[in-house]
Amino acid sequence: MSFDQSEVEKIAHLARLAVSDDEARHLTADLSRILDLVAEMQQVDTSGVSAMAHPLHMSQRLRTDEVTESDRRDHNQHCAPATEAGLYLVPRVIE
Amino acid sequence: MHNQSITQLAAGLRGGDFSSVELTRHYLDRIKTLDAALNSFISVTEEQALVQAETADKRLAAGEGGMLTGIPIAHKDIFCTQGVRTSCGSRMLDNFISPYDATVVERLADAGVVMLGKTNMDEFAMGSSNETSFYGPVKNPWDHNKVPGGSSGGSAAAMAARLCAGATGTDTGGSIRQPAALCGITGLKPTYGRVSRYGMIAFASSLDQAGPMAASAEDAALLLQAMAGFDRRDSTSMQQPVPDYTATLDASLQGLKIGLPKEYFDDGLDAGVRQSVEEAIAVYSSLGAEIREISLPNTGLGVATYYVVAPAECSSNLSRYDGVRFGYRCDAPVDLEDLYKRSRSEGFGEEVKRRILIGAYVLSAGYYDAYYVKAQKLRHLISDDFKQAFSEVDVIMGPTSPTTAFTMGEKADDPVAMYLSDVYTIATNMAGLPGISIPCAPVAGMPAGLQIIGNYFDEARLLNVAHLFQQQTQWHQQLPEGV
Repeated sequence: MSFDQSEVEKIAHLARLAVSDDEARHLTADLSRILDLVAEMQQVDTSGVSAMAHPLHMSQRLRTDEVTESDRRDHNQHCAPATEAGLYLVPRVIE
Repeated sequence: MHNQSITQLAAGLRGGDFSSVELTRHYLDRIKTLDAALNSFISVTEEQALVQAETADKRLAAGEGGMLTGIPIAHKDIFCTQGVRTSCGSRMLDNFISPYDATVVERLADAGVVMLGKTNMDEFAMGSSNETSFYGPVKNPWDHNKVPGGSSGGSAAAMAARLCAGATGTDTGGSIRQPAALCGITGLKPTYGRVSRYGMIAFASSLDQAGPMAASAEDAALLLQAMAGFDRRDSTSMQQPVPDYTATLDASLQGLKIGLPKEYFDDGLDAGVRQSVEEAIAVYSSLGAEIREISLPNTGLGVATYYVVAPAECSSNLSRYDGVRFGYRCDAPVDLEDLYKRSRSEGFGEEVKRRILIGAYVLSAGYYDAYYVKAQKLRHLISDDFKQAFSEVDVIMGPTSPTTAFTMGEKADDPVAMYLSDVYTIATNMAGLPGISIPCAPVAGMPAGLQIIGNYFDEARLLNVAHLFQQQTQWHQQLPEGV
């Protein structure tokens, strides 16, 4: 399995990572080698085997639908890069 | 004082031989003297430590508290600590002061431990050598040219150099056991769901599990006792009673059935490590255990399967780092997409980016079934191997890592070679089983680890089996030069 550079750039966009040309070249080689390793999986016949999403085959525990958390917005926003009036600030998205 | 076990330290505190403040100062002094060379701590929380120690001394004077009251420990910097930087070894979280405590941190604090600081680690726990940390590599206390293992390499090195009386770690593919083996300490990865993941920064949520790193199985038992148990704030936490882990440490091993998977003694295993592990297993024979060969036929597929499942979950978990709500934000973003992309590219290191990209690829349209679903099916087969094995034996034993600590830089440019150093530890995470690494005979002066894998929620037995070995041998008491 080998990647080409345009595929790496496409995935990088999906993952919202900016990669320079130089980085993309490196990554193309690295990711191809990792996928070669991963390709070993294809040698095994898994027809009839079910997919395992949880190591103990458990399903998610549910709780009753009621408010359990108190409002800690101000406290939690202390570590935000930029806020105003309780809102997170980002570059303008609507002109 | 730093050569004593937690049990001995607890007796010393109660007997008035020393106070928790004195003990805490002793460890803080050791960190100041020895850690400049090792780099095992990212943050040292001296002030808070001394406040906690004073509180512990008051509780002890009033006849209150338990075995861990006043005992100084270190937390891997993956656990959220309120008011203290929680970096996860990444530039992304270099400025992150956690607004809350992880359950593990809270429970240990309730038990009275003193937190000395936060230990270094591979960035977001992705690595097996501690070379991917934003804060620089950690050195192995046994040989400063060698890696300590990873990702909990800071905790392992700090423990090996006796810069703390115990430490916490996390294990997604071997990140407690492999550094424990490479640094000559005891490290336990519990059953998935045994210890709460609340406030433990997520890497791969179906594999991550926290556990203790300590000088001995007895000390690990005391730490696990405080860490384990149901937590409603972690939706994958298990409602299983927590046994008294120290009560069964001395239970006889007469008739214990030990399985040796032939796949764990393959050509990839270093000859010296093999001999050391075989000598350790001979000790168990002398204690009355029955040894038999077993097979875990899908072991060889573990690494390939892991490098689909773990990156897939990592790419999903790490999408939260977007420069908006917390963590690193790039300078002067021109628009929202630029904010996302540059914050992430500048905030994450190379290995983290590689894994995010692999994850995004295997989850992308057209590849999901071929990679992600295929890996989940193989995970089932790997898990079934263990189920079969545990119908025949009580515990499984083998090497923790195929080699002793490797030289810094040796595998840093070769991600695949690095991944293969976790070949014997990955399968237990895939199956969600508990495993422990304990020191066996060193190989050419470097520590080696015996891995013991147990059935689900059988941590008490693992600690018992490890403890009785440590009653017969002195490997766990050997210390690096200068310590």
